[in-house]
Amino acid sequence: MEKAIKRYFPIFALPTLAAFTIGFILPFLLGVYLSFCEFTTVTDSKFVGFKNYIRIWGDSTFTHSLWYTALFTIVSVLFINIIAFAVAMLLTKGIKGTNVFRTVFFMPNLIGGIILGYIWQLILNGLLANLERTLTYNSAYGFWGLVILMCWQQVGYMMIIYIAGIQNIPGDLIEAAKIDGANNRQLLRHVTLPMVMPSITICSFLTLTNSFKLFDQNLALTAGEPSNKSEMLALNIFNTFYGRNGWEGVGQAKAVIFFILVAVIAIVQLRATRDKEVQA
Amino acid sequence: MSDVRKAKHGGLLTAVFSVVSLFYVMPIIIVLYNSFKKKIFISNRPFSLPDAKSFVGLENYISGIEKIELPKAFGYSLFITVCSVFVIILCTSMCAWYITRVKNKFTSGMYMLFAFSMIVPFQMVMFTLSKIADMLHLGNPVGIIIVYLGFGAGLAVFMFCGFVKSIPLEIEEAAMIDGCTPIQTYFKIVFPVMKPTAISVAILEAMWVWNDYLLPYLVLDIKKYKTIPIAIQYLKGGYGAIDMGAMMAMIVIAIIPIIIFYISCQKYIIEGVVAGAVKG
Repeated sequence: MEKAIKRYFPIFALPTLAAFTIGFILPFLLGVYLSFCEFTTVTDSKFVGFKNYIRIWGDSTFTHSLWYTALFTIVSVLFINIIAFAVAMLLTKGIKGTNVFRTVFFMPNLIGGIILGYIWQLILNGLLANLERTLTYNSAYGFWGLVILMCWQQVGYMMIIYIAGIQNIPGDLIEAAKIDGANNRQLLRHVTLPMVMPSITICSFLTLTNSFKLFDQNLALTAGEPSNKSEMLALNIFNTFYGRNGWEGVGQAKAVIFFILVAVIAIVQLRATRDKEVQA
Repeated sequence: MSDVRKAKHGGLLTAVFSVVSLFYVMPIIIVLYNSFKKKIFISNRPFSLPDAKSFVGLENYISGIEKIELPKAFGYSLFITVCSVFVIILCTSMCAWYITRVKNKFTSGMYMLFAFSMIVPFQMVMFTLSKIADMLHLGNPVGIIIVYLGFGAGLAVFMFCGFVKSIPLEIEEAAMIDGCTPIQTYFKIVFPVMKPTAISVAILEAMWVWNDYLLPYLVLDIKKYKTIPIAIQYLKGGYGAIDMGAMMAMIVIAIIPIIIFYISCQKYIIEGVVAGAVKG
């Protein structure tokens, strides 16, 4: 059977493979190569070694956006996951209207980042007007604005995954723990949390990478104002490419570093939480 | 829901969640009624309802549509999303079946590459991808489908592979012994079984393509073709001066169809997200 299928390579695998080569493999390899070059288009590149990577560290906007992004990621991952888990716990108690609440909380996920950014720009500027300030007054406003926006968008999505995880806990496990005299807190700590660990792995992975790679919301909400102080890494890379002449190589080098950071974070996080997963 | 988990304070929780849900949809309601207000009243008093003085009827809608031709953008977004998702589902599911059933170094290498592509952030390839797409003349609504197939293949192939591994080989072997070609086997036996995964992949990819801003912005010839996120961002204009009236009206037009679509298929969307998360 394997041989019969193998002859059909051009029909089954070739279209995807060709598009994957155009859409991913070539751009990726060329991107790595260009990070060692000076260029303005792909065809006029000149090899310069590690020069671009050295120039990155002289660019204070990059180091600032790196810390800003790291801090934002930590804060938003904690907020989103804690709120989503708490809501999921409450919505699995079988109260009236559970389905309606679930529908409502999930809804913002279907709205794109750019639109979300402008919706919250209106709301937050409206609220800050009471203090006679705007979102771009100070990068801290942009920071917390983005945290609120991300919570609004992502809590519903993560909640859905947590609900599925909580509902998968066998009822007899909880009953057995109760008969053994576990109180609610012990039940949460020693039964529920270990049992939903796979959901925690997925949700923390998704929120971590989403927050770290955030672009659209950042662009629409503050666009990095005031003076690049609320600019996250992805936006910083974009602005280096398309906002400054002669910095394309540096932009590509930043992108390579960005990719390595995302990969390392993803792998470390998956290892760390996978270790804690248990079997029923 | 099992009786074990029946809440003690169900009524109170329902009341609390009702209030929270109301706050949750508030941003959208605020945008909705602001779209009927005069520009100046939107930025000055965003929370007050339209009254005789601030009400402008459909003026914002008319000026917004004149500025960015949103109905056209809607058409492009719809065309690109539907076609890309269709092509992604068809091609990647076939490819996933091929690389799972044909076992050799080449196919396992491909599988690794697809999985790897999932953690690569778009910024890593954005510059080179847009240049390559430009050289191959993919900067139109048909060409971009190939780019989406290429860049979206990772997640889709990964999810389909996970499912194909669980399909028993015997059914396919029986079909082939009865004289089915691999193509007949695939479309008559394998694909129907994969339908739940296909729905999950379709939902995740559709949410991504529909809301994507940066990829179409860089790949498409945006003077001619604007998708909804690009059109909305275009309203911002050069130096941060936003016509808030037109912005609110266009946001309303952009999200109303999504919300209607969501409410009518929310069961599939939520199930698809859960299934996708558990497999991914």
